[in-house]
Amino acid sequence: MSDTTKNSIRSIDREPLLVAETSEGPQELGFRRDTESDQLGREMGAVLRLDGRTLDPSAIDFESRDDELMIINMGPSHPSTHGVLRLMLELDGEFVLRTKPVIGYLHTGMEKQGEELSYVQGGTNVTRMDYLSPINNELSYSMAVEKLLGIEVPERAVWIRMLMSELNRISSHLVWMATNGMDLGSTSMMIYGLRERELVLAFFEKTAGLRLNLNYVRPGGVAADLPDGWQDDVLVICDTIDARTYEYDQLLTGQVIFRQRMEGVAPITAEEALALGLTGPLLRSTGVPWDLRKEMPYLAYDQIDFDVIVGTYGDNFDRYAIRLNEIRESIKIVRQCIDMMPKGDYRTQDPKVTPPPRARIDESMEALIHHFKLFTEGFHVPAGEVYSAIESPRGELGCYIVADGGPRPYRIHVRAPSFVNLQAIPLLMRGGLVSDTITVISTVDPVMGEVDR
Amino acid sequence: MITLPANAPAGVITSEGLNVDLACFPTRAQYRDLVAAFRADGFEMCVDLCAVDYLSHADRPLPTGVVGERFEVVVNLLSLSRRVRVRIRVQVPESDCFVDTLFHEYPGTEAMEREAFDLFGVQFTDHPDLTRILMPEDWEGHPLRKDYGIGRVPVQFKEAPGPR
Repeated sequence: MSDTTKNSIRSIDREPLLVAETSEGPQELGFRRDTESDQLGREMGAVLRLDGRTLDPSAIDFESRDDELMIINMGPSHPSTHGVLRLMLELDGEFVLRTKPVIGYLHTGMEKQGEELSYVQGGTNVTRMDYLSPINNELSYSMAVEKLLGIEVPERAVWIRMLMSELNRISSHLVWMATNGMDLGSTSMMIYGLRERELVLAFFEKTAGLRLNLNYVRPGGVAADLPDGWQDDVLVICDTIDARTYEYDQLLTGQVIFRQRMEGVAPITAEEALALGLTGPLLRSTGVPWDLRKEMPYLAYDQIDFDVIVGTYGDNFDRYAIRLNEIRESIKIVRQCIDMMPKGDYRTQDPKVTPPPRARIDESMEALIHHFKLFTEGFHVPAGEVYSAIESPRGELGCYIVADGGPRPYRIHVRAPSFVNLQAIPLLMRGGLVSDTITVISTVDPVMGEVDR
Repeated sequence: MITLPANAPAGVITSEGLNVDLACFPTRAQYRDLVAAFRADGFEMCVDLCAVDYLSHADRPLPTGVVGERFEVVVNLLSLSRRVRVRIRVQVPESDCFVDTLFHEYPGTEAMEREAFDLFGVQFTDHPDLTRILMPEDWEGHPLRKDYGIGRVPVQFKEAPGPR
């Protein structure tokens, strides 16, 4: 190649290729030299700016030169980010100085879509948000719609909802146990967790016809009654998983390497957790006994005997122990549901909300009209706005619905626990090791379907 | 029954909502002071913050004295010690789409306010990092607004090849 061609290629004024490909934008973590000091302080100290907790600017090491620090990108497609979470980490050697979660890779506009779906169809939409605990999503949504409608749900439906929601909590925590085990290199836990979850999913399939996105809890009740002999199925699930949790104890809880990677890693205090709006196991690990099932009971949780599991140090191990013991508490609740399950209807008999039984459509004109109206237009909901909250496996799952009197919600907003809990990640990772980032993501337990909605 | 805290700004309109929760309708000037008063009154947590676009419902029922604007920012506060919730609804006009941030009272609202900005275009003054959170950063428009056409806007992806 001659000198002239070389020069002409070099003289072409074009953007550096790498920059264009990584598309640096305002959401990203910038170099220190480009970052203002208060922004740096905010990112270093996560988002905490409470009274007396303001980060001292002198505590920030401004002297660190950019060429000693490294900004690396983790995700969005990384096996241990539990979906499509992307983290930008500023590293000083093995230590994490700043973290910035970047989300939105799974954003599909489900809240916008919810405005186009009728209240009957809405359940199929919300069930896909937190795909590990679909029943809880549907429950929160259905309770909001029922509050607006002002209808009472039959006693049996309440108890079926409670049974299914607790089974769902078990299966959700089992997936967490499995993925957490895999993140820490215990692939046997991965297989065991998913194996046990299969028991629950098989029961879901028998009851609702589907394994994952059930659309089982609907405004007015549930979609189908429990199958014949459900008590035996559920008892087998309870007995098996209850016994297996003690095997997990042997496998993990007392295991030296596991404990060293969990104990004392990424602690968080109660004040920080409250300020950040954290709920669920993250909040309880700091010692705050806040569980909506106990403190603001919905369904029939006030008639049931169970314990709220609370941690002490707010570290990874507490969050692990809380989830493991919540599986046992949920089993306790499920056993009581078996004993106390009342007889009766599994959905309200209000013909404006509940479709008529198939047999009635053949003989009754009115039933046919109701059926047709329900599945074409849907039922109308009185105007108003309502917020209903339940305790999902990840924390407070709220549903805010604005109704304008039509057959579709005017606005549906889901308060996703994972979305809010994600804000703890910069705080939890600050000053930790790179290898601990994996355990932090895992114990925060974000479900990206719910984060991005 | 929940009442307004003693040090709340004067003249905040309240109403018993459809269900138990107390709903407050502060003006934008009262908004942050009211939230601070609730925080001092034992509401430890801001559980939820979202925006609603009432484009076609300017005449919606509101308590007397409240002028309905296009946007509404809805905040749900929770008191763990008293086990009550309170809802704060502040009206934000389209022409002057600004409202104070709650970041300094509740740092946990950071992501929620970013979401409200991203999807509705409501600006939160003093917010430390008001950037898009769910949509790509070079997206145009705010998709949850009611006048944002669905299906009519070509999908925008950064660096996607143009139509062939």
